[in-house]
Amino acid sequence: MASYWDRSTFWRGFRDGLPFVLVVGPFGMLFGVVATEAGLPLEQVMSFSIVVIAGAAQFTALQLMADNAPTIVVIASALAVNLRMAMYSASMTPHLGGLPAWRRALVAYSLVDQSYALSVMEYEKRPEMTLAQKTSYFAGVIAPVLPNWYIATLVGALVGQSIPDSFALDFAVPITFLAMIGPMLRTKAHVAAAMVSVICALLFAFLPWNLGLIVAGIAGMMTGAFVELRTENKDMT
Amino acid sequence: MSESTTIWVIIVAMGMGSFGLRFLFLGVIGDRELPEWVLRHLRYTAVAVLPGLVAPLVLWPAATEGQPDPARLAAAAVTLGVGFVTKNVLAAIFGGAATLFLGMYFL
Repeated sequence: MASYWDRSTFWRGFRDGLPFVLVVGPFGMLFGVVATEAGLPLEQVMSFSIVVIAGAAQFTALQLMADNAPTIVVIASALAVNLRMAMYSASMTPHLGGLPAWRRALVAYSLVDQSYALSVMEYEKRPEMTLAQKTSYFAGVIAPVLPNWYIATLVGALVGQSIPDSFALDFAVPITFLAMIGPMLRTKAHVAAAMVSVICALLFAFLPWNLGLIVAGIAGMMTGAFVELRTENKDMT
Repeated sequence: MSESTTIWVIIVAMGMGSFGLRFLFLGVIGDRELPEWVLRHLRYTAVAVLPGLVAPLVLWPAATEGQPDPARLAAAAVTLGVGFVTKNVLAAIFGGAATLFLGMYFL
């Protein structure tokens, strides 16, 4: 059996993933608190975090359930929030598509914003990485983050409403995303893609089910590809 | 259907749906070669999705009922700037968090 274990790369991923414990922790806790306050029993709060592992989608579902939206609307809206995961999946495929099916299933289960963004950054920075190293890095990133998500949800559900508002936890998530975007802006194509994404996300924010983000994502990807192609052609002439 | 059953239905459907989305390409395409133009688009997935995800959260934070907030705007700018210059995610997070707390205290 092929080995996908590369110890030093795993630990590099672990080190890179570790700081996100500080972000995922409060976010998971917040979900535990809010879901418990909404009246969900502990086993349902925990099932949400273990089965779905997607904070934004989980909050969307809670909100719509509180508004008494029809079940199908709750499910469809929450999944729409998660549509970006399909884009992450596509983006990971050239790197991790060579794994056996059950390992790809494990990667898919643990594909979240943080594990995706850190891994893709690393793969681009070190194109010489082997499949084993890429796999180990991904596993390393997720190792501290995922258990923390479960535990934080549990703590939130048990501790309840004792987190003061002045912690501004709402902004923990935007800050970590922004922190990951900064280092990604390596070329003109990356910057252009990001700018188009922001403009489209704001212009199309009125669309239901978070579809504005999908429009922004597709427009951003097309922009990046277009600028890259044009820059390449210019280099050749 | 009792309320509890409804919630279980939602949890299971969301779980299956989320996994389905995450497995969609990894599972179906696997190690088959993708055409160059597809790869070219996929290289920009992260920079095309994450900025669009945060932009509304930065401009219209839920915590201030959607009103732009100077402390959060400043924190966002510092986080992005530090990340861009240092290429260090952790430094950017701490820079942004520090700006946010200073901003909330002084602004």
